[in-house]
Amino acid sequence: MPLQLSEPDADSMGRREGIWTLNFGPQHPATHTTLRLSLTLDGEEIVQGIPDIGYLHSGFEKLGEVLDFNQYVTIVDRMNYISPLANEIAWHHAVEKLLDIELTPRTKYLRTIFAELMRLHDHLLCVGACILDLGGATAFMYMFNERERIYEICEKASGQRFHTSFTRVGGLLFDVEADCLKMIRNFVDTFEKTYVDVDRLVTKNRIFIERTQGVGILTKEQAISGGATGPIARASGVTRDLRRDEPYLAYNDLDFDVICASAGDCFSRYQVRMLEMKESIKIIRQALDKLPAGPIYPPGSGKEVLPDKSQVYRSIEGLIHHFETIMPNRQPKVDKGGLYAATESPNGELGFYIVSDGTYRAYRARTRPPSLIHFALFPLMIRGCTLSDVVAVLGSLNIIAAELDR
Amino acid sequence: MTPETTTPVDSPFAEIDAGLQSYSHTWQVFHGQKKLIVSAGDLYNVMGQLKTAFGFSMLVDVTAVDFLEYAGAKDRFEVVYQLLDVEIGTRLTVSVFLNEPSLTLPSMYPLWTSADWMERETYDMYGIVFEGHPNFKRLLLPEEFTSFPLRKDYPVQGRGERHNFPVLTRAES
Repeated sequence: MPLQLSEPDADSMGRREGIWTLNFGPQHPATHTTLRLSLTLDGEEIVQGIPDIGYLHSGFEKLGEVLDFNQYVTIVDRMNYISPLANEIAWHHAVEKLLDIELTPRTKYLRTIFAELMRLHDHLLCVGACILDLGGATAFMYMFNERERIYEICEKASGQRFHTSFTRVGGLLFDVEADCLKMIRNFVDTFEKTYVDVDRLVTKNRIFIERTQGVGILTKEQAISGGATGPIARASGVTRDLRRDEPYLAYNDLDFDVICASAGDCFSRYQVRMLEMKESIKIIRQALDKLPAGPIYPPGSGKEVLPDKSQVYRSIEGLIHHFETIMPNRQPKVDKGGLYAATESPNGELGFYIVSDGTYRAYRARTRPPSLIHFALFPLMIRGCTLSDVVAVLGSLNIIAAELDR
Repeated sequence: MTPETTTPVDSPFAEIDAGLQSYSHTWQVFHGQKKLIVSAGDLYNVMGQLKTAFGFSMLVDVTAVDFLEYAGAKDRFEVVYQLLDVEIGTRLTVSVFLNEPSLTLPSMYPLWTSADWMERETYDMYGIVFEGHPNFKRLLLPEEFTSFPLRKDYPVQGRGERHNFPVLTRAES
């Protein structure tokens, strides 16, 4: 890592002796993705940490104005690539609100199951990588093993391990088969063992506690003013969870707790994420028990919803219907106007502001990325910490650079 | 259904409507979502009142829309703010219409710190200037970038900026 003394700066602390600047990233193992921190240090204490982002900016929102509602799903799952299906669910949640489509009960439950699997997917990596950065490789391996099983479930359901593109406007690409449900059931039943292993390895581990407790504190006022949502806000005592407060999908029928903590430090963010995993398992179990039979696309729906694949291949009406949904000159008309819809993604409130000009594609597809808003809080949280705390705070914030820069 | 312009009668929006009597404003409803449209000059005072008197404690999102190619649009830009009352969960959309050459708005940073990066991103993509922002510059794109890529007159393929970036060799760096 290149070290250099900072230039004497007239208006900053540069005048004090021993103040130096350290470039952290853009390629650093603990940033996990491409982002840069410019740290001003006094010895080992951080005086100022300024994030520099944009390395992964690839114009996703511009592409959202070119691709139609079904096509853009392939882009949104590349935003937060550690929980791709959660982004797809959020995007189509907003589109369905715009098109006024009511999902069938089976789709609602299947999407709920996958949304919670993605929450596990995200928290497993986030918590595991945070522990790994702090020197505990064992727990990371245990947790990544579980992630591998979720990848297999995604592959079984959609044919893709990673970027599943599984949701469609008003439905899903395929219905989920019985052996996939069996895999999910098996995963839910055996996850507990890994959870207990990690819990016993880490939660009372003195080194881990000393590196995370009281580090990177975000107060409740700072969290609200800074727009923090999700596990990060809940660890600071903001009792808000869209699954409970603005119920969507099947969350209204399911019983779960909203996990909160009050300390607002890295350790409470770890605890919130760990306990949320337990709640996710609870939700998936209930959803599997209650999973209704029936179609995945709303029956008798118009051109805005794709027909079932079996109809496309076996009937001329189905083929025409498919054609009319896909071809730009035949696509259905949409209400003109703009609306904002958000879901509780693993990382926080993932919202989309869609402006429609009457065509079957967004005139403007704004993403409200939780990573961007959380990373803006980083300078606040890192001030006064030491250099070794940077990885703890970064790990607990769960910054995904692709979502950060889009 | 295009957005209908109505004055809300339900709580808490009716109270907000009454509280903002001294500022000219209109309401739009689209699929049940209420949007408050104010003028650029009143924006800061209206937002301050929404925060202090009506409890909108969180600024969830700041973004803009370019209406250049939108059929029937009268104004070029719209800046859209999403507000949230964290305690009760009420949401409100506030929007301002802007036209060239006066693409300036007051920064919301003094009210909500979350405005910091979101306003910088809006500037980066649309060129809308937020006055009073403590550290106003581009967020995602390089400083020397000259256009605003999410404007509708900017092509999807870009204008070749990426291929014309100055290249530093190892000897020069």
